[in-house]
Amino acid sequence: MQITVNNQVHNIDVEPNMPLLWAIREIIGLTGTKYGCGIAQCGACTVYMNGEPVRSCSIPVSAVGSMKITTIEALSPDNTHPVQKAWIALDVPQCGYCQSGQVMAAAALLKRIPKPTDADIDNAMSNICRCGTYQKIRDGIHVASGQKKLADVLAQYEASPQTRG
Amino acid sequence: MKTTQIENAGRRRFIIDTSVLGGGLMLGLGSVPMDALAQKNPAYNQNSIMNATDPEVNAWVNIKPDETVIIRFVRSEMGQGTRTGLAQLVAEELECDWKKVITESPTPGQSVARKRVWGEMGTFGSRGIRISEDYVRRGAAAARMMLMQAAANEWNVPVSELTVNKGVISHAKSGKKTTYGKVSEAAAKVTPPDPKSITLKDPRTWKVAGKPLSRIDTSDKVNGTKVYGVDLQLPGMLCAAVKACPVFGGKIVSYDESKVKNLRGVKGVVKVNDGTVAVVADTWWRAKTALEALPIVWDEGKGAGVSSKDIDQMMLNSLNETGDFALRKEGDALGTIQNAPKKMEAVYFTPYQAHATMEPMNATVRITADRAEAWVPTQTGEGSFAALSETAGLPLEKCELYKLDAGTGLGRRAAAQDFVRTATLIAKQFPGVPVKMMWSREEDMTHDFYHPLAVAKMSAGMDANGNITGMHIKVAGPSIRATLFPMALKDNKDVFQMQGLYAEPDDAQMGYSFPNLLTEYVMKNTHVPVGHWRGVNTNQNAIFLECFIDECAKAAGKDPLAYRQAMMQKFPKHLGVLNAAAKKANWDKPTPVGSHRGIAQFMGYGSYSACVAEVSVKGNIVHINRLVFALNSGHVVNPWLVKEQIEGSVVMALGAIFNQEILIENGRVKQTNFDSYAPLRLASVPKVESVLVPSYDFWGGVGEPTICVVGPAVVNAISKALGRPIRNFPLHKENLSLA
Repeated sequence: MQITVNNQVHNIDVEPNMPLLWAIREIIGLTGTKYGCGIAQCGACTVYMNGEPVRSCSIPVSAVGSMKITTIEALSPDNTHPVQKAWIALDVPQCGYCQSGQVMAAAALLKRIPKPTDADIDNAMSNICRCGTYQKIRDGIHVASGQKKLADVLAQYEASPQTRG
Repeated sequence: MKTTQIENAGRRRFIIDTSVLGGGLMLGLGSVPMDALAQKNPAYNQNSIMNATDPEVNAWVNIKPDETVIIRFVRSEMGQGTRTGLAQLVAEELECDWKKVITESPTPGQSVARKRVWGEMGTFGSRGIRISEDYVRRGAAAARMMLMQAAANEWNVPVSELTVNKGVISHAKSGKKTTYGKVSEAAAKVTPPDPKSITLKDPRTWKVAGKPLSRIDTSDKVNGTKVYGVDLQLPGMLCAAVKACPVFGGKIVSYDESKVKNLRGVKGVVKVNDGTVAVVADTWWRAKTALEALPIVWDEGKGAGVSSKDIDQMMLNSLNETGDFALRKEGDALGTIQNAPKKMEAVYFTPYQAHATMEPMNATVRITADRAEAWVPTQTGEGSFAALSETAGLPLEKCELYKLDAGTGLGRRAAAQDFVRTATLIAKQFPGVPVKMMWSREEDMTHDFYHPLAVAKMSAGMDANGNITGMHIKVAGPSIRATLFPMALKDNKDVFQMQGLYAEPDDAQMGYSFPNLLTEYVMKNTHVPVGHWRGVNTNQNAIFLECFIDECAKAAGKDPLAYRQAMMQKFPKHLGVLNAAAKKANWDKPTPVGSHRGIAQFMGYGSYSACVAEVSVKGNIVHINRLVFALNSGHVVNPWLVKEQIEGSVVMALGAIFNQEILIENGRVKQTNFDSYAPLRLASVPKVESVLVPSYDFWGGVGEPTICVVGPAVVNAISKALGRPIRNFPLHKENLSLA
């Protein structure tokens, strides 16, 4: 079958019931998208289908058809997406394992709602993080959406662009 | 025979014959398959980039002619930020340019080959920095002295006339300048100073350490390029999925390989050991799918008859027994309580918890006749190395272990190296082929070493003024040491289950003076394996002590802060964080209408923590309106990262306190995934305010100390709101849930 990932067409010979996650990771070889639960609970496997965030662990690859898949690797060519920039500036990730999914979910939220409220963030960000980076994820979305200045958020933690090095 | 010892999964000391490693500097070097670990973040390397022939200033520091400063980092990184923190400490004493710093991580094999020049690698117990700060800083200072001596030699001037700033060495008299990169090679030949003769900087004067610098390893975590253990792709690699008997201790009777061996991609069905089967295939999904289709007959063993209600009852019954030993017996607590005008008694229950690390257990192993290599996300590089060697049946000099940054550790990847052993046993059956073993979430959750369930009976006698005259703490439950280090236990005396109630200072001292005190532990082990879970035994012991103190304060009609302060006068550091948290939370001012405060303090991992929670309860729903922490960890290497550890501790603690529990049903774990064992999500997490109050006279931990005060502070606030004690965890047993 054919599948389009990050604007590249791949001809893959796989079982139709193979979840999209595993086709992406093990057949196409893009490992940024992570396995966390396999039952659409944690969101570590979040990718876009025609621009909409989905949990790729629970979608059979045969259901993708002509829809275009975007993975974390193609969110930006060089970490320049506002979410990525905010994530780096605030060191949102701790271990980083769930962050591909968090970044994809946050970027999808900002596309849908450019200036999300805290309630919007609560509703959209249901991905699990076991390090507990949620407070910084919220800060990061506020900064990425331009609703808070980076310096103001840093100041909340007694830091500044200078002291962050 | 020259020997050295490394931790072998905590079971016993692994004696290494270092004499056979003589001249073995080449061992393991150059063999790291860099392709598999290629990173797009240039600022750090998960393993070693050095060649055996590269000059180095010393073990901790190498400086390239282009001024790149390579700092060696040998602890494990799993999100806690130790890589950045230790690099800051090195850069501070080295006086180099922080912007030129990159890190590399020598392997356990490289370390053993150099007689463990890098020391221990274990990263658990909140010790990554506090155990290594001294020799790492001395190593960096020695490197600075050697670099400056090399410049002094070149210019033929006394080293005392030189100054250094950000890697630029200057001689004011002659106006000469040079750089670390230019003198690095010559510095390598300078006689190193005696480390003991070095005077380290006063931390109050730090310029690089102590600052909230950005992590050096973030950029590849936001674009999918960071390589975790599960992401390894080695040439010719196969993948393994694993199933152990659902009931702990059960065994395989039979399995029908014919049903799956012809499925697509399947390369073999492997009996790993008496109780574990694996399927090996070309991809992990195919291995897992075939394993699910494999008919397996189990002998579930006697554990199959045990369920949570049996375990809970056994633990509660054991509170009527005398303890196996008394940790502390000061005065006559029992007599005092019996004769006291007012008596208090409360029984508390806390459940099993799973680690549920975000990245499931995994290890990749390749074994040939004379070499074993493993790629492992681990909290103990040397423990994994020893487990590989022992299981492969090859001496250490024929093994190598490549650490990978872990997708959380939380204590699961430390003492128990079961995942390395399992992966090695599978790989042994595929000689020469790298086999990546990964557990499904279900396997990971049902074959953990769980945070131990614990119960406590707390009894106090009070005088007419409500002051506690006698305190009796009896804790019962399974012992971590009995599971993981049985040979180290004598007469059931597992003092570690009493963590946080110790008389001795330094690690986890109880911060109250009770005129009469008895603390006892009743060990009750089950077939359910238990282990270290972030904060370990401080979690339940803080709940027992701090919730009970609040119950006593209420009975005495006293303010919980003032009540504590009166009993803490001999413990100024405990009292210091308690007061700092209270001050930040405006304890002396009224709460907003409908809001209630709770407070708690505890010591663990050498550090002092306190928390104030402000909650409102509507129906059965708890809203946490404010959460304030004070932490004295002695020193603060990076305040940004310390605060992130507090924020993370809050999430893990609140999930466990409100929702999460592991239950046993017919011998097996009932919760199998994040639907039935649901960690906290973003919407439920309150904003955390942290006050860091270092006293600069000790080195405490950071990753774990604050987790244990979250529960009692929140619960004390809820109790205040509801006007009733809360003793059963998780709180859904008290009909409470978090908004």
